[in-house]
Amino acid sequence: MKISRKEVEHVAHLARLNLSEDDLATMTDQLDEILNYVAKLEELDTSGIEPTTHAFSVINAYREDIPKASLSQEESLRNCAARNNEAFIVPRIL
Amino acid sequence: MQPYTLSIAESLKHLDQKELTSKDLVSSCLQRIQQTEAKLHSFISIDEEKAMRRAEEEDHKRQLGQNGSLSGIPVSIKDLLCTKGRTTTCGSRMLENFISPYDATVVEKLENEGAVILGKAAMDEFAMGSTSATCAFGIPDNPWKEGYITGGSSGGSASSVAGGQCLASLGSDTGGSVRQPASLCGVVGLKPTYGRVSRYGLVAFASSLDQVGPLTRDVRDCALMMNCIAGYDEKDSTSVKIDTGDFCQSLKTGVNGLKIGVPREYFGEGLDEEVEKIVRAGIATLEEAGAEVVDVSMPHTEYCVAAYYLIAPAEASSNLARYDGVVYGYRDEAAESLMDMYKQTRSQGFGDEVKRRILIGTYALSSGYYDAYYKKASQVRTIILNDYKNVFKQCDAVISPVAPTAAWKRGESADDPLALYLSDIFSLSANLAGVPGLSVPGGFTAEGLPVGIQLQGPHFREDILLQLAYNIEKSTNLANVLPEIK
Repeated sequence: MKISRKEVEHVAHLARLNLSEDDLATMTDQLDEILNYVAKLEELDTSGIEPTTHAFSVINAYREDIPKASLSQEESLRNCAARNNEAFIVPRIL
Repeated sequence: MQPYTLSIAESLKHLDQKELTSKDLVSSCLQRIQQTEAKLHSFISIDEEKAMRRAEEEDHKRQLGQNGSLSGIPVSIKDLLCTKGRTTTCGSRMLENFISPYDATVVEKLENEGAVILGKAAMDEFAMGSTSATCAFGIPDNPWKEGYITGGSSGGSASSVAGGQCLASLGSDTGGSVRQPASLCGVVGLKPTYGRVSRYGLVAFASSLDQVGPLTRDVRDCALMMNCIAGYDEKDSTSVKIDTGDFCQSLKTGVNGLKIGVPREYFGEGLDEEVEKIVRAGIATLEEAGAEVVDVSMPHTEYCVAAYYLIAPAEASSNLARYDGVVYGYRDEAAESLMDMYKQTRSQGFGDEVKRRILIGTYALSSGYYDAYYKKASQVRTIILNDYKNVFKQCDAVISPVAPTAAWKRGESADDPLALYLSDIFSLSANLAGVPGLSVPGGFTAEGLPVGIQLQGPHFREDILLQLAYNIEKSTNLANVLPEIK
């Protein structure tokens, strides 16, 4: 096994997902199958090879620091589930 | 003649000669949608009223001589490109009610040139899938055969263009999501070079791989769409300042003197015989037309799926962290604590494939596994990129299948995620390497299903792909061929 049920549970927590018992079992099997497959990469010796994060990389996309119009407060708040006049509202934290 | 059957280039000619109005063209497409949409399910949302209003505006502009290069042309837009004032759902319950506060740059460019948006096209949820079956709002059907998949993730874009519901569409391609549905639905689909087209306003899936591209009914229309959408955008820091030129220019030249590589790794086990036959016929066509065909090797092709299915989910897990029920999107109102709100919102808002990829990605990036998975995959990406660099020293472009098979029956691949990932084998590497890739119709299987031929070229050489595709199209006679939808 590449990944245990307990690890999937932990990763689900990190990703802020709840999984039912059934889902957890299915996901563990599927993730295990996928991780077993991607282990194929171990066949390749990659020592000393630089990782590529962007195939065609633009370095430092600078722009002039000129203020421009952006979304209004009203537009920014328009798509949220709970708000008051000026802020997003979330459940109590403390 | 029904206006919806016209290509963009033909429509523009008729519009210019005042034989057709944009109103006629748009209403012809809307009528076609009414007749076929119950079968095709290409759209998540349609705004007929707005489309007719826009058509009238464009007719008026044309009268005044103020028309743009796509004035009055009806298009669909994959539902992950922001369209101001309309919903942008990404095919997900998570964004069911999300109304874009601004236009994606490509949408703005299309509308500035006069294109008329009919609606937003169906897609796999957050573009994760190869069948469009993970769409939360109806699954598009293949216009060529009822009950068959369109491919994905830009399945609604492909079916709307192939089904005669609009003349062109914009999709997005992270691992083949423009090219594969184009192949399976018998239209032209182009994934431009990474950085060629702005992604501002494209909802992110895997940021180092995502690229916006057109789906059209012939190669010339693809060039016309590229003329509109390509180019540097200061709002997208990954877009590249490079001359775009006129993409139609390359259609004027033959293929004499071009060297085309046939990578032997693309013609091995798992490739359907009929698909191979069609691709080989395409190669023969180019050879007869004067191109030189050479045997080449891209030895690391077999590692693309593994590298991709670590890198793309890793980036997705990070990009999709924003859907937490706070700023936009679905929220579970019943949750009492913040943590419960996050978890329940995400668990209810996302479908299984999205969750699966978020879990793989989170795992691959998590402490203790980063080097073994994400870093390793990124190093293999360098090796794959080197395969491309080497091959383009030997030839101007490579030719291959887009996908190992034609479209298959809906539901046949539902329960095996890995098997479905493996079907992306021929399309993923273009995204890993950032090179352009194009699917052009090559022929039909005995069952009557279309099969595309893939062309890939060096960075920023979409012109070569269009040139080759145009020559294939001339010999297959498959430009703008529409199915009969019963």
